Amino acid sequence: MVGGLIALAVVLAVASATGFAMRRRQGRFAAVPVPGAGTGTAAAPAAPGSALSADDLGVPLGAQATLVQFSTGFCAYCGPARKLLAEVAGQRDGVTFVEIDAAERMELTRRLRILSTPTVLVLDPLGGVTSRSSGPQRKADIVAALGRVLAPDGMPS
Amino acid sequence: MPVDSRGPRFGAVITTVVLAVVLVTSGVSHPLAGWLLFAQTLVFAVGALAGLRYAPYGLIFRNLVRPRLGPPTATEPEAPPRFSQGVGMVFAGVGTIGFAAGLPVLGIVFAAFALAAAFLNAAFDYCLGCQLYLLIQRIRPAH
Repeated sequence: MVGGLIALAVVLAVASATGFAMRRRQGRFAAVPVPGAGTGTAAAPAAPGSALSADDLGVPLGAQATLVQFSTGFCAYCGPARKLLAEVAGQRDGVTFVEIDAAERMELTRRLRILSTPTVLVLDPLGGVTSRSSGPQRKADIVAALGRVLAPDGMPS
Repeated sequence: MPVDSRGPRFGAVITTVVLAVVLVTSGVSHPLAGWLLFAQTLVFAVGALAGLRYAPYGLIFRNLVRPRLGPPTATEPEAPPRFSQGVGMVFAGVGTIGFAAGLPVLGIVFAAFALAAAFLNAAFDYCLGCQLYLLIQRIRPAH
């Protein structure tokens, strides 16, 4: 009895800690470091693994930015994320939204180390990955991450 | 077909309680814990194989809970929660085999995994089982 209660307490404690840690991280965009960044970042070519081409995406890159969402058919938060990203992209000129089935595009999934869905990448006009986030998406975070590409000097656009 | 989002969440709460009882019971009687885990395995199996509309906890939700709550506020596709029922079925099944085969540690460990996943679903609305889909696809060799 006591052993069982201790096991229960341990499982619930670990699961709670995991849940709170994930909730903090979810939807938050982390900057993806651009190799050679520091001087003239705009011209710095991104590493092959951290850039996507129009061929990879199957559609032309957005003139200003591209939002890429990796989804699967068994993904609880992909539907709401798709709606949000399509809305944000639709309200801005030059911003394209692309959704990719991670299970069908396994070569991209491996190359970009996609481990969970939805994972959202923000691409600059050259296809370089500037930031990424996973889990349920928040509009304010998407807009902010996009803003860093549209106005990289911090100037409001 | 979309399902009322509150249904799978309600099911996760009941599942969490049942698996918590399994874990506590394992400290008293391994056969009893094994039978209880077997029952939960069957519940998972119905949801995964027959569909959520036949899932036992879903039936409780539809017939006893939802009439008191009113119409759904949000719906979601059936595939993710149904897939995670399948993942639960495998974990609870392995745990059941552990208890039945005289390997209670196996039973306890797999019941604990299933409990953690059900709890994350119930308390945080996080579908851990859903995330396994892509990881399994990644492990599979490229064809």
